[in-house]
Amino acid sequence: MGLPISHVLLVTGLLLMLVGLWGVFAHRNILRIIIGFSILNTGIHIVMVATGYVTDGTAPIIDKALPVGEAVRSAVDPIPAALVVTAIVIGFSVTAVMLSYAVRLHQARKTLSIDAFTESKW
Amino acid sequence: MKRFFGAVAVLLFGVVLWGVATGYAERGAPSELAMRYLAEVPADLGAANVVTGILITYRGFDTLGEVAVLFMVAATVGLLLGGESRGTSAASRPASRPPSELVSNGAEVVLPVIFLFGTYVIVNGHLSAGGGFQGGAVVASAVGLMVLARPSAVLDHGFLSIAESLAGVLYVATGILGLILAGGFLDSRFLPPGVFGAFVSAGAIPLISALLGIKVGAELSVIIDRFRS
Repeated sequence: MGLPISHVLLVTGLLLMLVGLWGVFAHRNILRIIIGFSILNTGIHIVMVATGYVTDGTAPIIDKALPVGEAVRSAVDPIPAALVVTAIVIGFSVTAVMLSYAVRLHQARKTLSIDAFTESKW
Repeated sequence: MKRFFGAVAVLLFGVVLWGVATGYAERGAPSELAMRYLAEVPADLGAANVVTGILITYRGFDTLGEVAVLFMVAATVGLLLGGESRGTSAASRPASRPPSELVSNGAEVVLPVIFLFGTYVIVNGHLSAGGGFQGGAVVASAVGLMVLARPSAVLDHGFLSIAESLAGVLYVATGILGLILAGGFLDSRFLPPGVFGAFVSAGAIPLISALLGIKVGAELSVIIDRFRS
């Protein structure tokens, strides 16, 4: 039966990471760089979730479909999911701080091109 | 030239990640720690959602740190975007285009549903997928839509910051109650576990979830609102 689902997820996440990295390196507009960071972030989250998948596993929520005794055998690993919830919030926070710096930089120079900010360049 | 070096760097990352992708094999069983969590969260905490049990009790200190990070970000964004620009912006800026009919009418229909759904996600965190952070983010997205649909709407920052601080203080107080009445800081077992799967169950987890939801929702709303001015 072809590719396992977690492998598809993993490769998608890794590709998104590369797309995000390329966005960060190739663009000169600060907003586009921030979008690149966001895509990189999302890719890493997808990779983390993918590594938590267990063959034929289901969501680690105990209900009629997944009795208590069954959970140890047929649920996916809940730890990456718990970590990703944390990581999403931190990613949001970092994006918010980056965007507010972008607003301030635009106020200072009236441009969003990273080439206009040469003071801290070595 | 810069693009060339960027391409080389991405290519090198691609080689590393290619190794990750080809070396990956799907796991047949959860790790030992995960098995412990899967067995103990329902038995010990009485929570049906294992992820919420881990987040709020076993990794509660981590969650507290996360809330602290969110608070710092709200403060940073306020520091960077608040202040002198607020007064001049409203008067000097040319009148912006009003929101389209689709956005304003859609908001009227969808907003109450989003708020309701956010509350549902917050208070059902111990039973099904959801929890304080997720529900708080849903509520904040509704606030974002409201800000788009009604640019003139003013958010009451005083109320939001009081709600947020109060939720934070109560969250830490719940943690200290766990320290006194149960096994340790942020231990949710000082309330009775109740009937497994019932709405009021799983000790203090729904309470902590609700406090987190209020705190996260208020904080994210303030951050969204800061970007408007």
